[in-house]
Amino acid sequence: MDVAIQVEGLTKRYNEHQALGGIDLTVRQGSVLGLLGPNGAGKTTAVRVLATLLEPDGGRALVAGYDVVKQPIEVRRRIGLAGQYAAVDELLTGRENLVLLGTLLHLGRAGARRRAAELLERFDLTAAADRPVETYSGGMRRRLDLASCLIADPAVLFLDEPTTGLDPASRQSLWNTVRGLVSDGVTVLLTTQYLEEADYLADQIVVINSGKVIADGTPDELKRKVGQEWLEVVVALPNTVEAAVRVLAPIAVDHPTSDPVKGVIALQLRDGMDGIAAAAVALKDEGIDVADFAMRRPTLDDVFFNLVGHPAE
Amino acid sequence: MSTTTVVGDDNRKLEVVRPGTPPAPLAAITEVLAIGGRRLRRLKRNPGRLVGITLNPLITMIALGYLFQSAIEIPGSNNYMEFIFAGVAAQVGLASIGPTAVAVCLDLQGGLIDRFRSLPISRSAVLIGHTLADLVITLMGLAIVVGVGMLFGWRSHNDPLSVLAGFALLAVFMYTMLWVGVLLGMASKNLETIESVSGIVAVVFSFMSNGFLSVDKLPGWIRPIAEWNPVSAVITALRHLWGNPVTVAPSFPSEHPTAVIAISLGLLFAVTTVLSVRRYRTASA
Repeated sequence: MDVAIQVEGLTKRYNEHQALGGIDLTVRQGSVLGLLGPNGAGKTTAVRVLATLLEPDGGRALVAGYDVVKQPIEVRRRIGLAGQYAAVDELLTGRENLVLLGTLLHLGRAGARRRAAELLERFDLTAAADRPVETYSGGMRRRLDLASCLIADPAVLFLDEPTTGLDPASRQSLWNTVRGLVSDGVTVLLTTQYLEEADYLADQIVVINSGKVIADGTPDELKRKVGQEWLEVVVALPNTVEAAVRVLAPIAVDHPTSDPVKGVIALQLRDGMDGIAAAAVALKDEGIDVADFAMRRPTLDDVFFNLVGHPAE
Repeated sequence: MSTTTVVGDDNRKLEVVRPGTPPAPLAAITEVLAIGGRRLRRLKRNPGRLVGITLNPLITMIALGYLFQSAIEIPGSNNYMEFIFAGVAAQVGLASIGPTAVAVCLDLQGGLIDRFRSLPISRSAVLIGHTLADLVITLMGLAIVVGVGMLFGWRSHNDPLSVLAGFALLAVFMYTMLWVGVLLGMASKNLETIESVSGIVAVVFSFMSNGFLSVDKLPGWIRPIAEWNPVSAVITALRHLWGNPVTVAPSFPSEHPTAVIAISLGLLFAVTTVLSVRRYRTASA
């Protein structure tokens, strides 16, 4: 197995706060690792250590075969980093931003211009290439930010919450891009707060909380571990909540939970597809107007509730 | 550049061959120029920056040198404009601390410093490129101030070489101030802190000096501060080099401005560069 990122017992402490309390990770070359956790879990600290921005207190980390502490320059030659903010110069144009990075990476003037043009084309930014970045939308900035990391064809890409604050269409387009990169053999370490994002992109998920790994596995394994889908029904008239709970109770695992103010009823179904049908029929027979009827997946909050017994902080 | 050592048996190394990475000193020059070019491009988009560094010196020059000139007497001279011009020129250097600090702080907060630090480039290239470009900008500001100064009657009365030496000294002073700005920007968490600190520094160091009054006309407790203020030494040296009126007080700094300049600016430069580069290496937003 070719390993792109190998982390053993990584620790980092800021004064009183143990940001990383001994993290182990192994990421196969050409795969995507999703690093999940609430704010302050240590995700960004881990990424900063792996991207050579922060020295760990203990443990060892190899990225693309090189030690992040002993051979940071070799690591930097092989990585791309997209942090939580789109790290681009607002006053420069998209093209100027990319040419600047190409020049810094010693592609030469012509080489840097050529690489910039390629990436602008690939990220659908050609039309906006010569406009200052301050005129870009959030999604365009993110695309430019991602393009900025790809100038030197990195073998390993770190994406720290790459889609935070993006609209759904931009998010989907970024996801597609990441998938494309992975199919070209790039290894991606992605941090996110969205289980959905990790689910879509990651081959392997590691959940950390308070600087420790609390769960890992494939998305499916993790989902089985942390909880099942449930049915969520929103009734049109709040005064029908009681009746809805009564007719749904027989097909639920536990007694349905309800929020009479919002008119929401949630329940775990006894048997998958048949349960959905039964629930729909029961509501119809009772003559209850339904505003929304959907299967919901566990959110990251549910994951944490399940894993650590309290909601994410 | 050291060759790679094999780490871990199971790690296949993807050797990315990057064409034409030049040897270290040449590479660093390219990097410095690229970073510097970025700042100058920013100036082109946002020329208001020049107003920021020239506004206060121009106001001081016009208010004091033009409006108040007949109210202020300088021992041994009747040309107040020529007397204050060195102080006004030094003010341009002091005024450039704030904008540089703000720019560095914004780069840090916006993640650009992180991006640069994640690249395989020289550790000091970013800050050197930044300060050199800001020096160019500050000298542009100085050119404006000199132009307006000449309009209002400032003249130098020395040989061209001495006058040029004065501007060279001023450039050294400005470059040191820019590093003060870099350190301030790297060390500050927010822009408000920078605005107030740099504002206070610019006012205190320019007015608690011999720039606008003879030191013996200042309140007693300020006199020693004004005498030992390195900006006073710079101003005295500039007046000598430009052949402008000089007030000499019987004190060591006033009689030996060169020594005071060399020691104070040398120390300040060493401390700010070392601390700034160290902070850069461990910087986080």
